Amino acid sequence: MESAGYSQQGGSQLAMPTALKILIAGGFGVGKTTMIGSVSEVPPLETEEYMTQASVGVDDLAQIPEKTTTTVAMDFGRITLDTEHVLYLFGTPGQERFWFMWDDLAAGALGAVVLTDPRRLADSFASVDFFEQRQIPFAIGINCFYGRRECTAEEVNAALNLRNPAPVVMCDVRERESSKRVLLALLESAKTVAIG
Amino acid sequence: MGVGRKKSSWFDEESGYLVRPYAISGGRTSPEGSDFALITLVVAMPASRTLDRRREQPELTAILDLTQERPLAIVEIAARLDLPASVVKVLCGDLLDKSMIAVKKPSHEASAPSVELLERVINGIRRL
Repeated sequence: MESAGYSQQGGSQLAMPTALKILIAGGFGVGKTTMIGSVSEVPPLETEEYMTQASVGVDDLAQIPEKTTTTVAMDFGRITLDTEHVLYLFGTPGQERFWFMWDDLAAGALGAVVLTDPRRLADSFASVDFFEQRQIPFAIGINCFYGRRECTAEEVNAALNLRNPAPVVMCDVRERESSKRVLLALLESAKTVAIG
Repeated sequence: MGVGRKKSSWFDEESGYLVRPYAISGGRTSPEGSDFALITLVVAMPASRTLDRRREQPELTAILDLTQERPLAIVEIAARLDLPASVVKVLCGDLLDKSMIAVKKPSHEASAPSVELLERVINGIRRL
């Protein structure tokens, strides 16, 4: 199979597609991997990264900064949008509080989906704060896995006390069309911001 | 996927890494002279097909094999070879130095995406 001229000397910058990314954030077990799998052209993949951080604990009386290494694992999928663009969807590590330190993950993201379990809204507060502070466009996906809608979009907006109203979309991320609706709501919202 | 696990002498199914992953990258954690993002795309150059593979580190040839037919992001190479992304960045830095790969950095790392780009993404998602 030919490599479609991707690697021609000198012409490679023109022929190679550009990669883009969207983050899928949310608490542990909320369905991030399921959502990625519903739209990805490859089964969700997992990768790990080691992060070294200087930790000065509050109970560290000696105030000696210790270096600790955290392993952060996250999964992702891929969507070839057209001949020039490939989109990677990254699920942020669910249980890991320190993924925010992984600058490379959020840098340059088109936007983020904050996937939320309607019974555990509080799990998404940290992600919402993060994206608001970084001014990364985001949409809230209320994952109604079990068919129960225990809240309305208005109630979620009020509960999260969003600075600027973000799209809130009821979804079932096992369904491709449903996941697409959440992504499209995010992108339309980002487009509104870009138009200014 | 664990492609690298079966082939790699660094990895044992039961005990995991037999050496620390950074031993593979010679103790380096960031590539010299080039910066890679998680979604920097990598593709093997045609010249890599004539490379004397016995002389090369197995991880380097594994990257070339993976990216022979289509460009893959650093993060995807990392997942398929079961290596941390930062190690793959170092290895790709080596391959770039040898002109064995071409890379494409993601755009819009610093600035907000354009309306035109967002519309192309919207159209791509709609077509799924």
